[in-house]
Parts: sequence; structure tokens; C-alpha cells
Amino acid sequence: MNLKQKIALVVLVVACAASLGAGWMAQHSYAEQSREFISVPPSAQFWLGTDELGRDRFARLLYGTRVSLLLAPAAALLSTLIAGLIGGAAGYLGGRWERTVTAGVDLFLSLPWLFLLLAVRALLPLNTSPVTSVMITFLLLGCLGWAAPARIIRAGTRTLVNSDYLVQAAASGVSRWRLFWRHLLPNLRPILLAQFWISVPLFVLSEANLGLLGLGVSEPLPSWGAMLRELENYSAVLQNPWMLAPAVLLVIVVSCLQLLLRTEESVAC
Amino acid sequence: MVASLLLRQARRILLTVLLGGLLGATLVRLGPGFGVDERELDSRLSAASQQAIRAERARDSNVASFYFRYLAGLVHGDFGFSRSLNRPVSELLAERLPLTLVSLGYGVLGGVSIGLALALLTVWWRAPGADLAPAVLSGLCLAAPAAVIALVFLWLGAPSRWAIALVVFPHVYRYAKNLLVATSQSPHVVAAQAKGLSSWRVLWAHVFTPAAPQLAALAGISVSLAFGASIPIEVICDTPGVGQLAWRAALDRDLPLLVTITVLVALMTLVVNGLADLSLAAWKPGAAE
Repeated sequence: MNLKQKIALVVLVVACAASLGAGWMAQHSYAEQSREFISVPPSAQFWLGTDELGRDRFARLLYGTRVSLLLAPAAALLSTLIAGLIGGAAGYLGGRWERTVTAGVDLFLSLPWLFLLLAVRALLPLNTSPVTSVMITFLLLGCLGWAAPARIIRAGTRTLVNSDYLVQAAASGVSRWRLFWRHLLPNLRPILLAQFWISVPLFVLSEANLGLLGLGVSEPLPSWGAMLRELENYSAVLQNPWMLAPAVLLVIVVSCLQLLLRTEESVAC
Repeated sequence: MVASLLLRQARRILLTVLLGGLLGATLVRLGPGFGVDERELDSRLSAASQQAIRAERARDSNVASFYFRYLAGLVHGDFGFSRSLNRPVSELLAERLPLTLVSLGYGVLGGVSIGLALALLTVWWRAPGADLAPAVLSGLCLAAPAAVIALVFLWLGAPSRWAIALVVFPHVYRYAKNLLVATSQSPHVVAAQAKGLSSWRVLWAHVFTPAAPQLAALAGISVSLAFGASIPIEVICDTPGVGQLAWRAALDRDLPLLVTITVLVALMTLVVNGLADLSLAAWKPGAAE
């Protein structure tokens, strides 16, 4: 790990710690409306000012960071598990399974990621409770994001299946299950880990895009995507530049994730 | 060799497009809110008119029959009728597709050109820290959601098509840079440098040209990326293109419109990917396999 990566790691740890300690750090709740402080500038009471409903922007930013930084890895874990299951089985079993999975992957990858996400998200209920909307958004990311990793995992599994030690193990009479769990899966771990880490920033960005299009997390629960919607009001942004804080934090966090990914990408390719 | 690949590509494209359309129709059919038509609440309509609306809805409730009727219409150039916009889908596409194609053209060409130019410059100019500016710029563009890039363009009043280029460029730059750096370290390049060839000649003839087929494959990925980015960009910049139409179709659960856009997008992406594979096969037989 080089110096840049160490700095990136520190920034991520600080962001995670701040979001987890939101209840302790923020003086107000993310949904609490202070009617006498509508759209006020930063002060000792409201570190990033308040929005047009009088809600503390700093508290919303911390809680929004928590939503994005906790649920994007959860969605990445889900998509990696699905990809591992589908891609691993296709590469291990080969033949008809492999052809079917390849066709499915081709179908998923023929549609741009954001279009697929948008179409499927719009088909699910939009007028749900905030917590349900968070679950729907991130479950959707996890369930739809398996195709690209599955292709890489299938290729990795195929290479391993044809490797000398696995052929030798099979020739020695090791059962298919034992071969899979004892010899194949542990060696697939670096690819699975790389795919997991590659998915995290992708899902954070996807949530932000969906949120800005009005298809993400419902109010009053904050998320980076939902907070970015405020930026559509250009004149307000000019007068209150601190409104850019969610965008700046998002870019910093995703940049840090990308910096840490450099080593993972070499495993993924 | 190329002919068999062409045939296989055509078969794959056809099957994937048909499956993609069916998947789109199924999803819309199963989505909540399907079968609800606000025209039924219009008290000015007679009972017969309302009955006709219900019968029209009922016809579409079976996904398979809808899709077969849709495909039969497609053969005759009929893409169906958009209920949410009250216009034939073909008319909507004819109106909006040129604008999106022009934006995608500018975006893909701009993104690929900037990405390749910066990658070549990074490989050619080997001074320490030479790649700092392109790396920071591509890192920033990669870390910003397409919607935020669109917002910046909206604030600046810049044409939204260049926002697509900014989304495409970092992907091209990173891939091209890694590929060109790897090629520039291969033995034939070291031998060419040892023979005293000029750095530009080495870069062009011995680094860029051998890597060109893999770089051509980027075209397919770039088109898919560009279309994905065009959705938030067109919505935020209020550009009346297919990206914005896709967003409205999804929100309004407009089945014929959404299926047509799904088929169109899948077809476009697959054709560009297929062309990239074919060019790779023509350049280096066996590589496309």
C-alpha cells in the first residue's frame, strides 16, 4: 500500500466513523424541522446551515453517508454472492449451464447499467416508506449488478478447473462437492474480493444517480443521491455554496475507493 | 472465418434483442400500477368509451400475446402507441432519436479522442508526474455521478453532449493507458528503441498499432456507457432525446414505449460490440474468439 492509498484509507475510515457516530456528532436529527431557521447559513448550531425545510444539513449529510457507506457494501456483497454462485457454477459445470449463463450475462450487459436500473426501479413501488425505499434501492443494485462480475468469475473458474492441481484432485477420486468447496472456492476468493470492491463505488454512484432522478431513497431519510437534488437550484447553490458538501464528500469518498481499488483491479482483469 | 463469426454475431444479436424485449415487457406487466388508466376517471367519457379503454388494457395484460402482436407490428414498421404521450412510438423516436444519436456521437468520439490522446501523451512523455493531471482529471470524472456532471454543465450553460464525453473519457483513458504502457514494455518495443527509432515512430508503429484492435473494442463499451449516461444528462439538462424518453416511459409504465426503447438500446449496443469483434477478427484472426 503506497502513501496515496494510506491517505485514502484514513479518509474512508474517518468518513465511516463520522457517519456511524452521527447520533453523537450531530446536534439535531436528520428529520427535525426548525421552522425559525429556514435556509440559514452555517453557524455554531447548524454547521452546514439548514435546508428549505429547516433541517440540519450536517446531520443529514452524516446520516446520508451512513446510508450510502453501509448499504453499498451490503449490495456489493449480495451481487458478488449471486455472481459467484452463477458464474462459479457455470464455469465449474460447463456445457449447457455455461452457455445458458453466458446468454443471460450477454442479455444483461446489452442494456446499459443505468437504463436497466432505472427501468426496474420505476416498476417497483415509488410511494413506499423511507426504510422500504432504501431496501428496494440497494436490493435492486445487488440483484442487478451480478452480470459483469459473473462473467469474470466464470472465466476465472474455467481457468482453475483446467489447472493441473484440480485435474489431479479429480483424477484421485475427490468428490465434485469437495473439489468445489475445498479446492476451487478458496482459490476464487481473490477474484470474488476484487469484484466486491469494484462494485462498491459503482453502487454508491448508481444510488446518487437514481436519487437525483427521483428514484432513490424517499424523504425524509437522507442519502447522497437525495441530497444532491438540492443542487438543481443553481441560484441557491451560488448563494449557499455549502450546499455542495454532499457532492464534494461523494467525490472524495469514491475517489478514495478508486485509489484503494488499484491493487484489486489487477486481480479482476 | 469472418463470415461464420458474422453469422454467429447476427444470431446472438437477434436472440438477445428478442429476449431483452420480452424481459422488458414481462417486467412492466408485473410492475405495480400496470392496468391502471387515469382516463377511466374522466367523467366526460361515456360508458362505451370507458369499456373500450378497459378492453384495450385487457389485450395487453397477457405478456406473451402483447409481445407477439408487438413483434408482428414491428415487422410492418409499427412500434405501437405510447399511451402516456398519446402519440405513435415511431413518431416519438423519429423526433428524439437523431438528437440522442448526435449527442452520443459527439460524446463517444469526444470521450474516446480525449482518452486516447491523454493516454498516448502519458506513454510518450515519461517525465515523473507527467500523468498527474490526466490521472486527477479522469479520477474526478470517474468519481462524480453522471447526474452531477450534467448539473455542472447545466450551471455553465455548456452543451450537454460534452457531458457524455466527460463520462466516457476516464474509462477510455484508464484502459488505453494500461494497455499502451504494457505494450510499450514489450521486447519488440525495447528492440525498436535500441535501434534508434524516433520516439514518435516507436509510439505509433510499435505501440499504438499493435494495440489498436483492443482499443477498437472500447467502442462497444463506450456506446453502452454513453447511452447510460445520456439518461440522467438528458433529464437534468432537459434535452428532448431518447434518454429522457426512457426515463418518462419508465416512470409512466408505458409498455410499448419502454419495450421499444429496450429493444433499440440492446440492438444498438450489440451491433456496436459485434462490429468491434468483427474488426478485431479481420485484423487478428482468432483474437475475437
